[in-house]
Amino acid sequence: MIDFSLSPAVEKNRDMIHAVADGTMRPISREYDEREHEKPTEWLNMMWAASKNMISFGDSKQKKETNGKAQTGERRPSERTVRSAVLVEELSWGDVGLYLSIPHPGLGGAAVAAAGTPEQKERFLSRFRDGEPKWGAMAITEPGCGSDSAALTTTAVQDGDQWVLNGTKIFCTSGLMAAEKSEGFVVVWATVDKSAGRAGIKAFVVDHHTPGMTVAKVEDKMGIRASDTAMLVFEDCRIPLDNILGKAEVKQSTTGFKGVMATFDATRPLVAASALGVARAAVDYVRETFAVEGITVRYTTPPTKLTTLERDFMDMEANLQAARLLTWRAAWMLDQGIQNNLEASMAKAKAGSMVTQVTQKAVELLGPLGYSRKTLLEKWMRDAKISDIYEGTQQINLLIIARRILGYSSQELN
Amino acid sequence: MLGFQPDDEQQLIRDTVAEFAREQLRPLAREADESGMFPTSVAQQAWELGLVQSTIPEAYGGVGAESSAVTGSLICEELAWGDLSLALHILSPQLVTYPVITLGTHEQKAQILSDYVGPHFTAGTAAVMEPRFGFDLNELATTAEQHDGEFVLNGTKCFVPLAAEAAYLLVYARGDSGITVFLLPQDTPGLSTGEREKNMGLKAVATYELSLDNCRVPASSQLQGDIQPVLNRSRVALSAMAVGVARAAYEYAREYAKERKAFGTAIAQKQAIAFMLAEMAMEIDAARLLVWEAAWKIDTGADATREACLAKNYAASMVLKVTDNAVQILGGHGYIRDHPVELWLRNGRGFATFEGLAMI
Repeated sequence: MIDFSLSPAVEKNRDMIHAVADGTMRPISREYDEREHEKPTEWLNMMWAASKNMISFGDSKQKKETNGKAQTGERRPSERTVRSAVLVEELSWGDVGLYLSIPHPGLGGAAVAAAGTPEQKERFLSRFRDGEPKWGAMAITEPGCGSDSAALTTTAVQDGDQWVLNGTKIFCTSGLMAAEKSEGFVVVWATVDKSAGRAGIKAFVVDHHTPGMTVAKVEDKMGIRASDTAMLVFEDCRIPLDNILGKAEVKQSTTGFKGVMATFDATRPLVAASALGVARAAVDYVRETFAVEGITVRYTTPPTKLTTLERDFMDMEANLQAARLLTWRAAWMLDQGIQNNLEASMAKAKAGSMVTQVTQKAVELLGPLGYSRKTLLEKWMRDAKISDIYEGTQQINLLIIARRILGYSSQELN
Repeated sequence: MLGFQPDDEQQLIRDTVAEFAREQLRPLAREADESGMFPTSVAQQAWELGLVQSTIPEAYGGVGAESSAVTGSLICEELAWGDLSLALHILSPQLVTYPVITLGTHEQKAQILSDYVGPHFTAGTAAVMEPRFGFDLNELATTAEQHDGEFVLNGTKCFVPLAAEAAYLLVYARGDSGITVFLLPQDTPGLSTGEREKNMGLKAVATYELSLDNCRVPASSQLQGDIQPVLNRSRVALSAMAVGVARAAYEYAREYAKERKAFGTAIAQKQAIAFMLAEMAMEIDAARLLVWEAAWKIDTGADATREACLAKNYAASMVLKVTDNAVQILGGHGYIRDHPVELWLRNGRGFATFEGLAMI
């Protein structure tokens, strides 16, 4: 079926989360943009209590691909990822920085869910069911490598019944909250054998407050200031042997690097969904301003007769919707158990560049009103840019798309 | 509930039309563009696929299949992938049949649809565009004035496909309250078809200028009701065709880039080219989804004017960018008529201009 309607259950969920975004996020949005490094504790507690099960890709069961078709089963196809995408859009419409700071298993949780054993899932994910608010985080990027994660230099060396980690990680979202401010954990990518390249890269779960792991810095950023972005330093950081995700053997590359890279097929649509929310905030704001100013958008009028305002606005709307449909498609495929690596990268690349352009255009259209910090538009423009960068820059996603459509390996096209 | 896969019946139709486009249209495209001729035998073969007759109600001699804009957009994309000119030619009867099925009275249906259920290809056409700067559907210069139970039509139309051979012409004019549409038989006094137009693209489909000089038509030839849904159907059909043209160009450029070597590797292995192709693929998918969504909304019966217009604008600029990139990727070879990409660029340029030129 080709159908663009959301199920009543998802729509109901969306409306509920929209009310949360409008009623509790927007009112504190500016405050926690300006009070960077402070946390809206009360709000975080409320979100922990109310919605900790709402955006749960942390415990999603990913179905194995079977010849590109969904597995036939008695159960109806899941709509878990579509639902998450819709809710993430609403929360990001409210405030993307606050959304990112919600206590949650996060990307670290997604990695555990994707590559962990049942025992590991229980050990690391069950804590998110109750108790105090907790955060999970993922530490990949290093000062010397970003998109080229295979070049990372953090090492993991086995010493008796422990792994010993050494290295520096940067740009770790919620790293502070996961490592030091809650009973969370950080999934750290490190190499067990530098000479083995990608095959030597493994993911390790480092529990909160593990000696040898320190938060060296919390970054000052252009946007998403309500969310902490941490530098983590590992100095002879010792963790249990069974905190490795997947097999320790270097040969089993599919369970290591590739296994965790597959996490991105699940998370990229949600990062794209977050970009949709920010873009929609800006588009809504422009639409409301047009209404106040008595400007109507004449959709059926030919482009040669439209005002620049109308043309720009129609472009913004169309690009937002195009990105949304690419995002929903990638999410839907995941729910159907269809390999979505290409489509997830399309969604992310499109949404990241779309939100950057749409918010910048919105600031331009609003002139001095858009540039002023009296309204939130300039903030959304600052918040937007990160969507074009994190979870794979636009360029990395284009590279993935190109390899897929051309049938090239990473050696053939780099 | 959300879904992105055509159902089994739609897939069957899509596969059938895709095969026809691949086997019958694509091999003819270049020659048809050069000669300006479309073999009647192929139009006849296309007719026998039953795309037109299938949507005509049984009561009027057709099959009475449900007319879905989503299915239509699948058909349009595939036919246009084969060749845009030929696709417009093949689907021209729908320019008449679809509006009549949607808005026509019993008498109009009985009179007109019976001409379109016979064994032979029967052309139809719509006279929408006008040869003037700032052409705007909402402000047509062609007028329809009511006199003594009759309408008097005056004006000039352009880009009227198959006007010389169409059994019926659907003429768009400005009435007392907006756009009004009339069904004119070929032999209506005052209606005259000018010389065949010479255009940059769409050279294989014969288009004409049309003049209406105190053309008197009975009130019974007027189509009643809101024409906007019909126009939305046309916007979706054209947008789907733009996706088809873009996909043709993208696929050709992609395969060329994998073959063509420069500096020791395939040019597709260089990011400058690979990224162009990646963006082309992404934008084609984006446009297709916007088209599908607009079509889906039409099928639900809701007003899809905004969605159809946004999809059309998006697809029209997308196809231009994609076909231009395809020529660019082939470099000098793209400019030579030995390769088809220049043809797709010329055809693609038209989508920003076309209004009401396709119906599904």
